[in-house]
Amino acid sequence: MKYLHLVWSALFRRKTRTFFTLLSVLAAFLLFGLLNSVRDAFANAGQSVAGASRLITISKVSFMVALPLSLDMQIQAVPGVGAVTYANWFGGIYQDPKNFFANEAVAPNYFDVYSEYKLSPAQLRAFEDTRTGAVVGARLAARFHWKIGQEIPLQATIFPQKGGQNTWTFNLVGIYHIANPRERQREEQMFFHWKYFDEATEFGGGQVGWYIVKIAQPKDADHVAAAIDALSANSDHETKSQSEDAFQASFASQFADIGLIVGSIMGAVFFTLVLLTGNTMAQAVRERIPELAILKTVGFSNRSVLGLVLAESVLLLVLGGAAGLALAEVAVSFIRANLAAIPMLPVGATSWLEGLGLMALIGLLVGALPARRGMSLRIVDALAGR
Amino acid sequence: MWRKIGYVLSVIVAAVVPVIVLVVLPAWGILAGVVLLIAWLALTRTGRQAWSATAVAVSTIPQRLGSSSVVIIGIAGVVGVLVALLAMAEGFRATLQQTGSDDTAIVLRAGSQTEINSVVDHDSAVLVADMPQVMRDKQNRPIASPEIVVAASIPKKSNGVDSNVEIRGVGDEAWELNPRFRMVTGRRFRSGLRELIVGKDAVREFAHTDMGSTLDLNNQPWTVVGVFDSGDSHNSELWADTGVVATTYHRGSSTSSVTVRLRNAGVFDAFRAAIKTNPQLKLEVQTTRRYYDAQSEGLTRIIHVLGTTVAVIMGIGALFGALNTMYAAIATRTREIATLRAIGFRGAPVVVSVLLETLLLAVLGGIVGAAIAWLLFDHYTASTLGANFSQVVFEFRVTPTLVATGIKWALAIGFLGGLFPALRAARMPVTEGLREL
Amino acid sequence: MSPLVEIRNLSKVYTRGRQKIEVLHHVNLDIAQGDFFALMGPSGSGKTTLLNLIGGLDSPTEGTLSVGGRRIDQLGQSDLARWRAANVGFVFQFYNLLPMLSAARNVELPLLLTKLPAAKRRSHAAVALELVGLADRSAHKPGELSGGQQQRVAIARAIVSDPTLLVCDEPTGDLDRQSAVEVLTLLQRLNREHGKTIVMVTHDPKAAEYASHTLHLDKGTLVESGAQAETAAS
Repeated sequence: MKYLHLVWSALFRRKTRTFFTLLSVLAAFLLFGLLNSVRDAFANAGQSVAGASRLITISKVSFMVALPLSLDMQIQAVPGVGAVTYANWFGGIYQDPKNFFANEAVAPNYFDVYSEYKLSPAQLRAFEDTRTGAVVGARLAARFHWKIGQEIPLQATIFPQKGGQNTWTFNLVGIYHIANPRERQREEQMFFHWKYFDEATEFGGGQVGWYIVKIAQPKDADHVAAAIDALSANSDHETKSQSEDAFQASFASQFADIGLIVGSIMGAVFFTLVLLTGNTMAQAVRERIPELAILKTVGFSNRSVLGLVLAESVLLLVLGGAAGLALAEVAVSFIRANLAAIPMLPVGATSWLEGLGLMALIGLLVGALPARRGMSLRIVDALAGR
Repeated sequence: MWRKIGYVLSVIVAAVVPVIVLVVLPAWGILAGVVLLIAWLALTRTGRQAWSATAVAVSTIPQRLGSSSVVIIGIAGVVGVLVALLAMAEGFRATLQQTGSDDTAIVLRAGSQTEINSVVDHDSAVLVADMPQVMRDKQNRPIASPEIVVAASIPKKSNGVDSNVEIRGVGDEAWELNPRFRMVTGRRFRSGLRELIVGKDAVREFAHTDMGSTLDLNNQPWTVVGVFDSGDSHNSELWADTGVVATTYHRGSSTSSVTVRLRNAGVFDAFRAAIKTNPQLKLEVQTTRRYYDAQSEGLTRIIHVLGTTVAVIMGIGALFGALNTMYAAIATRTREIATLRAIGFRGAPVVVSVLLETLLLAVLGGIVGAAIAWLLFDHYTASTLGANFSQVVFEFRVTPTLVATGIKWALAIGFLGGLFPALRAARMPVTEGLREL
Repeated sequence: MSPLVEIRNLSKVYTRGRQKIEVLHHVNLDIAQGDFFALMGPSGSGKTTLLNLIGGLDSPTEGTLSVGGRRIDQLGQSDLARWRAANVGFVFQFYNLLPMLSAARNVELPLLLTKLPAAKRRSHAAVALELVGLADRSAHKPGELSGGQQQRVAIARAIVSDPTLLVCDEPTGDLDRQSAVEVLTLLQRLNREHGKTIVMVTHDPKAAEYASHTLHLDKGTLVESGAQAETAAS
C-alpha cells in the first residue's frame, strides 16, 4: 500500500485523458449493471422463496384449458399434500389495455397458501365477507391511487357476465404487502372470489384454471406431483404438475432468450472497452518510460515495475467500473420505483462480484503488454532517450 | 468566467443543432449533404485549404493506427448492437405486418382483443358469413372461415424445452383467404379427420412436426400430412379442420373467430357498421391488417426502447474514447497545425479538417458495425410469445433503413467527438504550438 | 585501506545490428573511499558508459568490477537492482524527478524499497531535504522549482538511503552558473563533511575543480591528468 500514491499519481498524470477513459469504463459497467438487472429479473421471473414448497397443477393439454372443481377434494387426499387452493385467470382490463396487470379469481383459502402476501386480519375477514370483494397488492394500489372501499370496474376480455355485459365491478377491501424486496413485482396483482366469478360468468361454471398445492416437504415435490397427475391419468382432463418455480421459469424462457441477448451485448461492450483502455494504457506507459527508468535506477526491480503498471490499469478499471455499477444501482432503484413496467431486480451481490472480477481481469489484460514493456526497458537506453 | 460559460454554452448549442438535423434528415438528405460538402471542398478557397489539411491528417493515420482504431471499433460496437436489436424488432414487425390485408376482416367477440380470449357462437358466425359485403366463391358460398385457436405444449427442437404452439382449426374456405398460401410438401388435411398441416417455420422449430409424424393432442393422435407456406406469421402455426379441433377441445359448435374475405377493401366500413347495428351480434371486427399490425406494437416498442437506451450508453462510452483519440491526435500534430496556421491557413480549415478526419473514422466504424450486424444477424431465426400466448417465429431483418440509422448515429458521435478537439486545435495560439496538452 | 571501487581490465562493447562498437577498452581504475572523483573527456569517450557500469546500471562485456568488495559484474538484473537500492545514489543532468510527486515524495522514493515504516521514511526524507537546504520546499512539485532546486532535490534523493557511492552524470550540465556553484558546493560538503564517495562525470573544467582528483577518458581508455591521480597502466 505504500506504493499506492505512486500508482495514483501515475494514473492522474494526464487528468483529462484519464477522466475521459474513466467515463468510458463507467458507461460500460453502467450497462453491465442495468442489463444484468433485467436478465436476473427474467431468470427469476416468478421465482420466490416460498415457490419451492408449492406445486402448480395445470391441464396437460395446455394451461389455457380448464380443470374441473372436483379435483380439489381428490388432490387434498394425496399423501404429502398440505393445503390445496385454486385460481382462474380472468384477464380483465382496467380502463385501457395498456394498464395491464394480472387479475385472478381465487379460492377462499388462497391467502393461506400464499402466506407471503401479507394481509391484516381485519382485511382478510373483510375479503371473506364480501362477495364482490377484491384484494390488490400495494404496488398496484399505489400505481392507480386506489383506496380501501373504492370500486374497481374491470372490462372482461374472456368472460362476459351472464346477460352478456362486459363490466365486472369489485370492491377493494384489502391491500397486501410482500416483505422480500426482490419479489416486490408480485404486488402488481388483483384477486377476487372464485365463487362470484363462477356464479356470474356467462359460459359454464365449475371450471378452475389451475391448482396450487402446498407440500409439506419440498424434497417430496416430484413424488407428490406424480401422485397428483396419476389421479387424472387417462381421463379427459389429464394434468401436469410441477413446482411453482419450474412453472414460472418455463414462461420466461418462452418470451426470449434474454441471457443470450444480454450476453451478446455485453460481449460487444467489453470488447470495445478492452481496446479503448488498452490504447490509453499503451499511451500512458509509452510516455512514462523515462520515469519508469528512474524507478529502476533507484533500485525498483523489474517485477515491481511490472506490478506498478498492472496496478495502474486495474485501478483505472476498478475506479470507473465501481462508479458505473454504483450509478446502475441508483438507476435501477429509480426505475423500479417509478417505471415498474420494466422488469428489473436490484443490482445484487452477484453482479458486484462478477463486475469486480471483470474489472480485475480486463485491467490485467490491458495492462499486460505495457507492463511488460516497462519491465523490460533497458535503463541505459531509456535514460538516454533511445 | 462568464465568457467561458458563454463559450461552452454556444459550443453545446452549435453541437446540438447539427445532431438534431442529422436525426431528422432522411437518408437522401444525408447524401445531399455529402454532395454539398464535396462541392464546398473542391470549389471554395477555404474548402480547398480544409481539404489539403485533411489529406495531410489522413495520411498520418497509419502512424496512429492504435488510437484511430479506438474510434472505429468503439463506434462499430454502438452501431452493431443498435442495428442488431432494431433488426429484431423490424423482423418481428414485418412478419406480423405481412399477415393480413385490407380486404379480409376478422370477427371476434366484443371486448376480447385477441382470438385466444374470444368465443363466437355458431349462429353469429352464420349471420356474419351471410352478410352482403362478404365475397362468395364460384359455388356461391361465402368466403368465411370460422376458426378456433388453441395452444399446445410441444418441445422445441433446439433445446427440448416445452413451448406453446398455436393450433388453428380452419374452415373449408380458409384457402380462399390468402392468395399467397401454398402447400410446400404433402397435401391438405381432409375434413373430419385428425390430420394436421404445419407451417414451414413451425416445422423448423418444433419437434414431432415433420411430414408423417404423429402428434399427441389432448390424448389423441394426429398425423402431419403436409407443410405449408402462407408467407406470413401463420407459418408458425399448425392447421387442422375446425370441426375436429372443436370436438377435441370440447368447444361444441363455437369458434374463436371468423375470418372473411370482403368483396373489396372499400366495403369494410359498411361491413363493420352492419355488425355493430345488429342487436343479436355482440362482436367486434377489424381488417386483418390492423389486427395483426397491432400485435407487433408492444414488443416492437420495448425493443426500440431497449436498443436506444443501450446504444446511448454505449455511444457515450464511444464518445469519450473518440475525444481521447482526437485530442491525442491533435496533440501529436500540434507542430504541424501551428505551422499550417503560421503559413496562413485560417482557423476554419483546421476545424473542418479535424472534424472530417473524425467523421471519416466514425463512418468507417459505422459501416463496420452495420456489416457485422448484417453478417451475423440478417435472417437469424428467433421466436417469441405472440398475442395468442404461443410462439411466433420470425427472422431478424437488417434493412437499408436500419443501416442508414446506424450510420447516422456514427456521424453524430463522430461529430461530437471531433468538435471539441477541432475547436481547441483552431484556437491554440500559434506560438504555443510546442506546448503539450 | 583497499579501494572502494576496483576496476580491472574493464571493457564494454555495444552491438548495433551487425556492427560491434567497443566503447571502453581494458580500463583499470581504483577509487578510494571518501574520494571525490571527476571523470572528464570529449563526447563519445565512454565516460557515461564507465559511470553507468560503476553505478550498476549496466554490465561489462569483459573485466571485473568490485564495489565495496562485491563483484557487481557478476550480478544478474534483479540482484543489481537490489544492490543499487542499497549502495548507490544517482544524480543526472536532467534531474529525472517524478513530475507528479512532491519534492518530499521524490526524496522518499528509494526508501519505499526498504522495510522502514511510513513515519521513519518521511523523517529521513525531511533530514535529507534539510541537508540540501530545501526543507521549506518539501511540498512543491518539480514543476514549481528552479533548475538548481530540482537538482538539489535529486541529490537529497540520492543520499536519503545513505548509499556507499554517489554517482553523478553531468550534474551541472543544465544549470546556470550560480545554481551550478550551489550544487557543486553541496557535493563538496557532502564529500568533506559527511565522507560520501562521489564519482562525477563532467565536461566543465570549472566543475572538476571541486573534485579531489580528475581523470580523463579518451576513446575508451584512461589518460592521466590532474593532481594525485591514482592510475594503473592502461
